[in-house]
Amino acid sequence: MKSWLLVISTAAALTAAETVVIRNARVLPITKPEFRGSILIRDGKIAEAGEKIAEPPGARIIDAAGQYVMPGIIDAHSHIATESTNEMTLSVTSMVDIRDVINPEHVSIYRALAGGVTTANILHGSANSVGGQCAIIKMRWGKGLQGILFEGAKPGLKFALGENPKRAGASPELRGTAATPRYPATRMGVEDVIRQAFTEARQYKKEWEEYRARIARGADAPPPRRDLRLEPLVEVLEGKRMAHVHAYRADEMLMMLRLAEEFGFRVRTMEHGLEGYKIAREIAAHGAGITTFSDWWAYKLEAYDAIPFNAAAMLRQGVLVSLNSDDVVTQLCAHLNLEAAKTVKYGGLTENEALALITINPAKQLEIDHRVGSIEAGKDADLVIYDKHPLSSYARVQKVLIDGQVYFDRDRDATERAEREARKKQLLEKQREQPKKQAPARRPS
Amino acid sequence: MKQAILLLALSSGLAAGAESAGSLAIRDARIVPVSGPVIAKGNVVIRNGLIEAVGANVTIPADAWILNGEGLTVYPGLIDGLSSWGIPEQTPTAAPASRTSRAAPPQTQPATGAAPAEPRGPTNSWVRAADLIRTNDRRAEAARNAGFTTAVTFPSGGIFAGQGAVINLAGEKPGQMVVASPVAQLLALSWGAAGEFPGSLMGAFAHIRQVLLDAGHYHRLQERYSRNPVGMKRPEYDRALEAVLETRRLLLPASRPVEVERAVKLCGEFREFDCIFYGGQEGYRAAEALRAAGRPVLVNLRWPERSRDSDPDREETLRQLELQERAPSSPAALAKAGVKFGFYSGGMERPRDLHRAAKRAIDAGLAPEAALRAFTLSIAEIYGVADRLGSIDKGKIANLVVTSGDIFQDKTQVKYVIIDGAKYEPAPETSEEASR
Repeated sequence: MKSWLLVISTAAALTAAETVVIRNARVLPITKPEFRGSILIRDGKIAEAGEKIAEPPGARIIDAAGQYVMPGIIDAHSHIATESTNEMTLSVTSMVDIRDVINPEHVSIYRALAGGVTTANILHGSANSVGGQCAIIKMRWGKGLQGILFEGAKPGLKFALGENPKRAGASPELRGTAATPRYPATRMGVEDVIRQAFTEARQYKKEWEEYRARIARGADAPPPRRDLRLEPLVEVLEGKRMAHVHAYRADEMLMMLRLAEEFGFRVRTMEHGLEGYKIAREIAAHGAGITTFSDWWAYKLEAYDAIPFNAAAMLRQGVLVSLNSDDVVTQLCAHLNLEAAKTVKYGGLTENEALALITINPAKQLEIDHRVGSIEAGKDADLVIYDKHPLSSYARVQKVLIDGQVYFDRDRDATERAEREARKKQLLEKQREQPKKQAPARRPS
Repeated sequence: MKQAILLLALSSGLAAGAESAGSLAIRDARIVPVSGPVIAKGNVVIRNGLIEAVGANVTIPADAWILNGEGLTVYPGLIDGLSSWGIPEQTPTAAPASRTSRAAPPQTQPATGAAPAEPRGPTNSWVRAADLIRTNDRRAEAARNAGFTTAVTFPSGGIFAGQGAVINLAGEKPGQMVVASPVAQLLALSWGAAGEFPGSLMGAFAHIRQVLLDAGHYHRLQERYSRNPVGMKRPEYDRALEAVLETRRLLLPASRPVEVERAVKLCGEFREFDCIFYGGQEGYRAAEALRAAGRPVLVNLRWPERSRDSDPDREETLRQLELQERAPSSPAALAKAGVKFGFYSGGMERPRDLHRAAKRAIDAGLAPEAALRAFTLSIAEIYGVADRLGSIDKGKIANLVVTSGDIFQDKTQVKYVIIDGAKYEPAPETSEEASR
């Protein structure tokens, strides 16, 4: 049968209205101490979590004896599931929107699920000082484009500092495929481009405010031209859109914090921030978060001055820290739990603090912590079931639930693999049998 | 005597061997009007390029040239719903146009006077197919020989590729070929030269949005100015936006379900434009989304297949195999879902292959009548020209194809093609094949 579609149909068949009980589990709620007990899920939400809860008759039972349940992993920085990552051509590309190129059938979504990731922030790349619009998705595999977007989540806008955005202005061997160099070629230039963009956005905002005031007074006036490039920047100024800033070095991060304060907005997260440990107090004072790697560095000059203690050091100084995958570059999202585990060794975080780096902390950074990031009554039933403690390198994801529905099941996955193989074999045989002459001649047109 | 005149007419320079007469009648043929039930035996009378009468008991005028239709079937001329036929290949239209626009990007900000931040890039919205067609496109002749009388032909190149025209595939002058123009604006989700915005799929979407927004803005300013120019700065003329406003029918690509979702979203943002989706090859699993979208679909008949040049050791993915297997069942799925759809050639080289491709759709469950409609009346309806094309009805343009039998059968021969009332006899198929 159409077995790869089966994945879609089986997932879709489980309705959100179903009542589910996960029993006998070791529950890691993150925001509360660990306990042995059950989680009751109703209408896609966690209705109750505790040591003793009444199982309603007719509820679907998932027996998690000997297994661990934690909140679904939230990946604060990812590039999975898209059909393009960078709009390279200009230094300011805030008019492009990653939602236009998200592919809900991209296999990377299923792979993220298999790694326990239920939510991710999908960002534009870092090729330009002001990049494109970002979107938060839930890994609702098989649910289409509308189904995959995290409903009601605040959108983001990507900024990038340092080597990547200035490379476009560099010599031909560094800038790669781009035919002509474009401004900027230095870190100074990057700052200038961002400042210029916000200056224009402020002017644009003023223009619209004046227009609206004139209309409100009853005067007749033509509306200004809508500018899709400036609108997202205005939203950042107004706090309606989160600023995610790709940055490595301490000096450029400080530059960006100052620039944001000058324009009256807050940087929501610094992305990567490998030198964050040097300026943790300044970052905390601004109120920005940092989403970083545990021990991945030295892949370029600006990523050399890094330490494995970065996440822990910043956390201890009051910075909201998370760990991310930056997939599809790294394929880290298959084991973000192990990335978190490294902070126990390097920096001495508690187990719970380590797991918070991939659950409640990124949820706070993305302003979705009222919905996800911990196991609490009222939150979305986005859960991962591991066979071992998630900080163990032997732990494997057994089941992943989003909104109370099972989107990944290790046993089901095995069955479906066999079905897909059979279907593929059948189609290949059919293709071989087809008479050669039936294929019309193909010439380049 | 008559034959002598005919010979004279043929030799007097009608390149394609057309026979044009005041009145022509096809007698005693099986007639498939598409708009109504099949007439087992009847006559079609043609005068001045139009269908004067059709039916079982229609009188044949005394002055008519008579074509014996016994044993033959008459269909409306087939239409290629999205084509480049009539525009000889290598037409240097798009490239110079886009170079021009790069050199002098059109102003789009009459309100503030400032130039737009991003260049207008690959926008050739003002290019009209009707201005590009030539009588000597060899593909038009091949298409005629396969029973095609008409094509909805478009310029190519750029995201806003330009405005299409419904053309008949015969005529002594390009102007004679045009049936309706402009009928739609062709959008492609492609991008321009290296280094020029947009350079990605998401850039292409942003570009389309900004151009359509600019067009709306331009329209409001122009309207305002024409109402009362006193004291108002004159909005600058912009040929790109004029052209976008001229044809408010947009052709957008959509095949995969996610592409349908994206296209639906984009069209929903610009309700002052009508959308037609093209591609449609994954209709077998996007039919429901397309039905909900309520937009007509042009289905590309160039069914996906394994490339002949591909590495024989490379195994295709299950998705690719599934697509190749099931794409031809898309028209049947669309028909079942009640989606209006037409067919197009997708750049197939031999027009005869379109019949074979349609046959595959029929074999995959599409009713033959629905297949014929998708080649004729549905396309005419989609482009708003069903009042003159697409079926055998009194008063419509006399575009007909006369065959030896069921048009979708491989062994069926096209006996005559009638375009604007002029009769063409295809060269025997063997010579068409040999000439290739």
